[in-house]
Amino acid sequence: MPLRHYKRWAVALLLLVALAGIIVDAASREAYEWSAFRKYLLDGRVIKASLVTLELTLLSMFFAIILGVALGVMRRTENPIFKNFAWLFIWIFRGTPVYVQLVFWGLFSTIYKEVFIGIPWIHFGDFSLGFHLTLSQTASLFWIAVLGLTLNEAAYMAEIVRGGLLAVDSGQEEAAKSIGMSSLQTMRYIVIPQAMRVIIPPTGNEVISMLKTTSLVTAVPLVTDLYARTRDISNETYNPIPLLLVACTWYLFYTTILMAAQYFLEKRFGRGFNRNAVISA
Amino acid sequence: MVDAQAINKSYGSHKVLKDVSLTVKPGEVACIIGPSGSGKSTFLRCINHLEKIDAGRIFVDGQIIGYREAHGKLYELRESEADIQRRDIGMVFQRFNLFPHMTALDNVIAGLIHVQKVDKKKAEVEGLALLERVGLGNKSTHFPSQLSGGQQQRVAIARALAMKPKLMLFDEPTSALDPELVGDVLQVMKDLAATGMTMIVVTHEMGFAREVADSVFFMDEGVVVESGTPDQVLGNPQEARTREFLSKVL
Repeated sequence: MPLRHYKRWAVALLLLVALAGIIVDAASREAYEWSAFRKYLLDGRVIKASLVTLELTLLSMFFAIILGVALGVMRRTENPIFKNFAWLFIWIFRGTPVYVQLVFWGLFSTIYKEVFIGIPWIHFGDFSLGFHLTLSQTASLFWIAVLGLTLNEAAYMAEIVRGGLLAVDSGQEEAAKSIGMSSLQTMRYIVIPQAMRVIIPPTGNEVISMLKTTSLVTAVPLVTDLYARTRDISNETYNPIPLLLVACTWYLFYTTILMAAQYFLEKRFGRGFNRNAVISA
Repeated sequence: MVDAQAINKSYGSHKVLKDVSLTVKPGEVACIIGPSGSGKSTFLRCINHLEKIDAGRIFVDGQIIGYREAHGKLYELRESEADIQRRDIGMVFQRFNLFPHMTALDNVIAGLIHVQKVDKKKAEVEGLALLERVGLGNKSTHFPSQLSGGQQQRVAIARALAMKPKLMLFDEPTSALDPELVGDVLQVMKDLAATGMTMIVVTHEMGFAREVADSVFFMDEGVVVESGTPDQVLGNPQEARTREFLSKVL
């Protein structure tokens, strides 16, 4: 006779009953306004806004991963300039709230109306060593939001990458050197692919976290994302609760897709670490 | 082929190598034996500049390792210049250090493809031939985790040989292996020695040293205590420390 888990069954049953109770109650509660929920869930404006949120998430993560890998590798080099620069970057962007950073980037073009890039104080008549960059007040709010989210996220990614690099045995680097690989080649072909196994799970976490952090872009102020859009709609119709539920449903929908993507990535980079792995050419 | 002259190295205040000198002629096999902590592995790692030396000179095939001599002074090489020197020196590690995310074949040809920029098809042909040579032609698509320790070490030897090195360094290649797997690895090394490869082997395998080595160096506490032919050092040791060590391992 196999072991019977009576207590597990009892607890599971209890939880199911409680869950069913909550669902039945919610279905009949007027405040949720399910008719409005159904009406706005697939509303064109909501779908469009959800795509803006997805774009913000993917673009910011894409740039943050590149910058984070660069910073993570820089922190590990022996070059003191790289090392300290990376430390300073992480210190600032991890040490201040992302909401405040987004407000700052939104105000950037007000604070710095014009940026001069070059060597100051040296003029030959109208000619100077460098050029002036006029920051337009109407710079795309979308790209300011991407910039703000990227810089903040890169600091976290850098720490994740550094952790991943530390997890790779130092013998790997020696073996790569012994066949004549340069430091860059060793990083690219040997260390980073192995570090990926350690880097991907927390990165997946960061992507999902980013999806939700995008709701703060209203600080820039960007108001075309999912949360701001649903809030705007509800401001007109005076029914915030069903639209909150609409936003949550869309966030959950994308989170589910991202989780599936993470599962396949983890499988891909886990190659060679599982004794029972299928042998493929 | 290898001429190490009075090598000194310290970790902090601890002197690991004290005036270690060693010469190996082309085609010869030198074995370095000695108790653990005697500095033999450190010395081996100095030969391909995985460790920096504090004083002395190491010549491999007439080239100073890790330095450039000009106007009677030694200038330290850039990391990228040291990388180029290492291409000609193969190394086999105690813990194999195969790349776990690559198949056996990809391990062997990693250097050919990324360092020597050989065409992938051509590299694969060479790689398969090398795996055949170490008796693993049928394991080319296996990942290291799917191979035994002895098989992994033989892949590691093939990986080093792929770069067509002038010199092969072995750092206790059989110490991490189950006893029944040692023989296969030693056989591959014997075959390699028979082809005229210059080899320096740090080992505890006295039988291998006696049979294959042209010279044996006994190291203890960072010093070469005794050196000579296997018959001299293993058969008729002159120093008390050598005799004491051999009485424990033989």
